[in-house]
Amino acid sequence: MKRPVRSLSGMVGIAILAALVLVAVFAPLISPGDPLAITARPLLPPLADWAHPLGTDRLGRDLVAGLVHGARTSLAVGLAAAVASLMIGSIIGTLAGFLGGWTDEALMRVTDAFQTVPGFLLALAFVSVAGPSLPVIVLAIALSAWTGPARVARAEVLSLRERDFVASARVIGMHPLEIAFREILPNALPPVLALSSVIVAAAILTEAALSFLGLGDPNRVTWGGMIAEGRAVLRSAPYLSIIPGIALVLAVLGVYLAGEATVERAARRVGHA
Amino acid sequence: MPRALRLIRRRLLTSIPVLLIVLIGTFLLLELAPGDAVDAYLVSSGGDAAMIEALRTRWSLDASPLARLGAYLWAVLRLDLGWSVSFSRPVLDVVLERLPNTLLLMGSATFLSFSLGSLLGVAAGSRPGSWRDRLLSIGSLALYAVPGFWLGLVLAVIFAVRLRWFPLSGIETIASGKQGLARVADIAWHLALPVLSLGIIYCALYLRMMRAGMAEVWRQDFTLAARARGISRHRIVWRHVARNALLPLVTMLGLQSAAILGGSVVIESVFSVPGLGRLAQEAVSSRDTPLLLGIILVSAVLVILINLAVDCAYAGLDPRVGGSEAA
Repeated sequence: MKRPVRSLSGMVGIAILAALVLVAVFAPLISPGDPLAITARPLLPPLADWAHPLGTDRLGRDLVAGLVHGARTSLAVGLAAAVASLMIGSIIGTLAGFLGGWTDEALMRVTDAFQTVPGFLLALAFVSVAGPSLPVIVLAIALSAWTGPARVARAEVLSLRERDFVASARVIGMHPLEIAFREILPNALPPVLALSSVIVAAAILTEAALSFLGLGDPNRVTWGGMIAEGRAVLRSAPYLSIIPGIALVLAVLGVYLAGEATVERAARRVGHA
Repeated sequence: MPRALRLIRRRLLTSIPVLLIVLIGTFLLLELAPGDAVDAYLVSSGGDAAMIEALRTRWSLDASPLARLGAYLWAVLRLDLGWSVSFSRPVLDVVLERLPNTLLLMGSATFLSFSLGSLLGVAAGSRPGSWRDRLLSIGSLALYAVPGFWLGLVLAVIFAVRLRWFPLSGIETIASGKQGLARVADIAWHLALPVLSLGIIYCALYLRMMRAGMAEVWRQDFTLAARARGISRHRIVWRHVARNALLPLVTMLGLQSAAILGGSVVIESVFSVPGLGRLAQEAVSSRDTPLLLGIILVSAVLVILINLAVDCAYAGLDPRVGGSEAA
């Protein structure tokens, strides 16, 4: 009885995600031109003019154009930051688990240190020092998110280290680093990748929060930035802050649901094998 | 030596290298920042090239990076976190002044999320697979997808702008002259919305953990035995299943402290609560890097202390913890 509902939520997640990716990829076709350009009279309410179905902001910029182009930034930053943190995390976790001893001790203390500092504060400080551009934001989010994958990778490597295939790789004279990254890491990856949906979702939320505080890339439309923009007229035009927030919730929810469905399917496949 | 003391000693010893790494990290960020203390000083006072050189030598900014790191560590050891340019006061003073507000916000939000989350978790986990369970699970996932600052704004629009039940910002009525209980009530009234928006989001986490933990305990033999002996379902749920599933949530309390501290940065900015998070945003917008790094250091120490307290509580709840030196 449990499976249909679960897979239904998974389908919903994949549908939301697919729609968002389509919107992000075809953003220049859906709403051509600069989303930061002034196109109509300011503070046009939603549903008043069909040329601007969701209305315009304080400066007369179209809300739909902002949402469509903001999807690009959100998804791109979310994906890039997740890939970066999974890569950093699995490399550090593999090194710590495989080399052991002092290296392990030192790398794990560094991991502890990164988990002790509130991730959002770290990202905030990093962006404020290095300047708000897209690569810096991606790196800042990755800096605050790599510890989870590192711990999982290390635990997995520790359990794989003593297996026979590692011993035979040693016997044929493979270099230890080659064993670590070509033999062990690929086998340790599945549980690390299971974290990816949570990390993508967290990265999207962190990017939004950074943009909300004015630390987003100033040359790009972001949902967080739109919410901050609308805050100035929160009393008279709350829709300006509320609508981009709904887009954010949908995006993050889509990532969660799709991720949960994928992990479940993978678990079932392992179960059947 | 008593168990708790041994635990505290071990935790403090392992946190020394961690703090050292955090310090090196903040030093690197300080080095990475454009301009140095002299530049910041000159912005407010002005001066010529000779004076700049003299100042650089006097503050030993021309020393090697390693020597500067040593000087920085020594200064922090003497509780000197540097000078805040934007406040013209020592960083530590400014940070400690704002700390109580953040602690109050964090503490109340954690209490709300923990109690509400675990109660709803029991409601979901008492009958795994039921409609109530599925509804709560999906609802908590949706809640988990909501950005805290946006929830704060929505709550502000509804309860502060439309209904006018709560104030829109601040921590207490300015210059109200309220004393004692009236002041406490005033602060509670101001903090209601920030606490709600911070607490509700993390509530989803505890709900999901409690539910997952209970689903695990239901599968164990002793619950089957309890059911076979004919103990009422209500009693099994509360005395056996929920009680055993609660323990991991206590650990989560410590692990989440860093996240909730980060979350309060945006929430404090939304509601203009004069706490650590709002201070961090002010430090960013006035390019006051020493202040920002001071906030990071103080929050790292705070997180270590909270985890220590949680560990002690855990050791008190679970007699298996900290029994031997090696564990």
